[in-house]
Amino acid sequence: MAATRTFRVLPGFGLSLGYTLAYLSLIVLIPLAAVFLKTASLGLAEFWDVVSAPRVVASYKLSFGASLLAAAINAVFGLMLAWALVRYSFPGKRIVDALIDLPFALPTAVAGIALTALYAKNGWLGQYLEPLGIKVAFGPPGVLVALVFIGLPFVVRTVQPVLEDLDLEPEEAAASLGAHRWQTFRLVVLPVLLPALLTGFALALARAVGEYGSVIFIAGNIPMVSEITPLLIITKLEQYDYTGATAIAVVMLLLSFILLAIINGLQAWTARRTGREA
Amino acid sequence: MSIQVKNIHKTFGSFVALDEVSLEFPTGELVALLGPSGCGKTTLLRIIAGLEAADRGAVLLEGEDASDTHVRERQVGFVFQHYALFRHMTVFDNVAFGLRVKPRRLRPSEAVVRGKVRELLELVQLEWLADRFPSQLSGGQRQRIALARALAVEPRVLLLDEPFGALDAKVRKELRCWLRRLHDELHVTSIFVTHDQEEALEVADRVVLMNHGRVEQVGAPREVVERPGTPFVEDFLDLHDHGPTWLVQAKIRHRGDVLHPVIGRERTA
Amino acid sequence: MAGAATAMHWAADHAGRFESNVATREPAWVRWLILAVSLTFFGVFLLLPLVAVFAEALRKGWTTYLTALAEPDALSAVRLTLITAAIAVPLNLVFGVAAAWAIAKFDFRGRHLLITLIDLPFSVSPVISGLIYVLLFGAGGWFGPWLAQHDIKIIFAVPGIVLATVFVTFPFVARELIPLMEAQGREEEEAALVLGASGWQTFWRVTLPNIKWGLLYGVILCNARAMGEFGAVSVVSGHVRGQTNTMPLHVEILYNEYNFAAAFAVASLLALLALATLIIKSWVESRAGQEQQQEGAS
Repeated sequence: MAATRTFRVLPGFGLSLGYTLAYLSLIVLIPLAAVFLKTASLGLAEFWDVVSAPRVVASYKLSFGASLLAAAINAVFGLMLAWALVRYSFPGKRIVDALIDLPFALPTAVAGIALTALYAKNGWLGQYLEPLGIKVAFGPPGVLVALVFIGLPFVVRTVQPVLEDLDLEPEEAAASLGAHRWQTFRLVVLPVLLPALLTGFALALARAVGEYGSVIFIAGNIPMVSEITPLLIITKLEQYDYTGATAIAVVMLLLSFILLAIINGLQAWTARRTGREA
Repeated sequence: MSIQVKNIHKTFGSFVALDEVSLEFPTGELVALLGPSGCGKTTLLRIIAGLEAADRGAVLLEGEDASDTHVRERQVGFVFQHYALFRHMTVFDNVAFGLRVKPRRLRPSEAVVRGKVRELLELVQLEWLADRFPSQLSGGQRQRIALARALAVEPRVLLLDEPFGALDAKVRKELRCWLRRLHDELHVTSIFVTHDQEEALEVADRVVLMNHGRVEQVGAPREVVERPGTPFVEDFLDLHDHGPTWLVQAKIRHRGDVLHPVIGRERTA
Repeated sequence: MAGAATAMHWAADHAGRFESNVATREPAWVRWLILAVSLTFFGVFLLLPLVAVFAEALRKGWTTYLTALAEPDALSAVRLTLITAAIAVPLNLVFGVAAAWAIAKFDFRGRHLLITLIDLPFSVSPVISGLIYVLLFGAGGWFGPWLAQHDIKIIFAVPGIVLATVFVTFPFVARELIPLMEAQGREEEEAALVLGASGWQTFWRVTLPNIKWGLLYGVILCNARAMGEFGAVSVVSGHVRGQTNTMPLHVEILYNEYNFAAAFAVASLLALLALATLIIKSWVESRAGQEQQQEGAS
């Protein structure tokens, strides 16, 4: 009975849907369309020149590479954190659980300057790392650190609920069939967690690719070395190169939409695998 | 109040839920809509209530076409299958809801509301639960509160969707008798939907058997058991193997009906 | 998109169940290793930056700290941040409720597409969120000449900041309410209507009390993001001290002027806001969780 019903006993359908569509169009759809229309005024060759300039390509490599690496790091440690939160008791657990969401709540600029202060040469962590030859702040590793910070909750918060809903029985069954704990984890638990883990990874990745605030303070922003793509857009805007900024924005938007489609697919998969609603 | 439905037709996409259904429900009767799931009985009930609109056909309340009357103004009492109690309100506030949302000039004073709610809670014998929340009640209690809430607005008809569907067997039996007695007391025209033959035959004055969106047979419980009109009815009431005897004994005795004529109908193998 | 990870979530702690079960218990050393590694990671990447904010802010003592906060430019940044949130949050609150009502209580073609579109702002880089309004309302934008003629300033002014903030916080409330209202179904609203309630009565007396926790949750997250947004606002603000600087932008300016103590002082206010957000959020989650548990209890 999924058919569209023309009769609706609850009131307010026309009003609420109309308002939703109007507001959505005004705030989101029309402005976003402006980016594509603006780019359309650029010739294809011109567009290509802008988006494939060496400095721009270097920024893609950094933005995407660091984001992938950060998401991977988060997938590993986020899974461990989620596991610890669901399966182990330890003092201060509620506080840890609440603070996982800090990157959602802490303004990115604040995170940016705090991380810079930690990893700078004389910072709490930097003073020990620099003598070892590890220079984090004002270089690509700094970008990575910032992206790990902002991506962590995505993995923990997508894996945690699935882990909580997991039945004990399959693991007991595996144990009774002679499986070691590691085998049980790898063969019984991980396959169920995998879609959620990948979703968390993709969410962290998508967030990291577009991240700006927390990165620019710690990155050093050296062209060709530690300059992220969003910063390039701002640089172009400051030079009143609107078309250039827009062209790069289109590339980023397309990447975001692809990631969004992948994430939607992953979430549907998670829902099927775990019987939860998407 | 009498209810008539005329040539009701309703489809959901390509699925025909109700196929030209016409029925009459005389004043004061307790009627069961009986059939397997997906036969259209709940849809019919929701159309009568005004929660759903038919594609074609008319619902007449007291002879008047109610098709354009909004559910709000139909003055029907509807008891939902899962009760639909307001979870954030106490039992008392749930029952009082219908009185408190009346337009200002018709709204009774708070004192009247309180008296009325007490009365209804006494009627369903749950006055001691007035301050509880729905989550603190058992299924049977929720069912009775849902009924009290529906009765608060003095509905002209009472519609019940699988009223005992979500209850366990023992509570079901008790509530069944209780509903029958309540109806004998109030005499509000009532229709309830069920897929349970025993329930329909035991409680209702008349039974409407439905299948695939059509009415198969209408009649008093004994009538449909003694003279099943179609193979579907015979099948659905499970009259083949045992003959009707066991069924009728079990169910209709309770209502003071005489059993003997039925025995004579027992089929010879 | 982030909605998937920010959805209200609450579960009772069942860790003991696993730890006491021989079949689901890891060897002690594995347990300690996982705990040590994951908590160290947590400490270094989440806790330490938070502590650093307050430590840096107070490095030069309370007097410097308070002086930095009492500075007129800092105060005007606070004011602008509050104004921005006070406009953006209610707008997105009303939108969120309307969208959730339409999507959760009715069936119509394109529902899923609509949900995806509502999510879009989460998957757009903050910088692009600002850029789109520059393209529309900036000096070289579509409406730029017209706005200039009529002496209306949107970009490099407060309206642009508000618009960009509305965009980045657009999905928060809707994302929270849609699944919640879908899960609650339509029966209670139908019951209210059968009992004679009007549409508004049904909404205020039945729907709203049922979604209050989800609504509060969405509003808190929406507010945190509205007050803390940096990238999008940075693009559309003219960075004029005392006029178009929000708190995060003010932090940046102070920091770039090497006035670290003042930068961290303002940042510490934002960090306090984040902590308050997390505390209220946990509280809302546990309240909603308790109610849910009660409802499921019998």
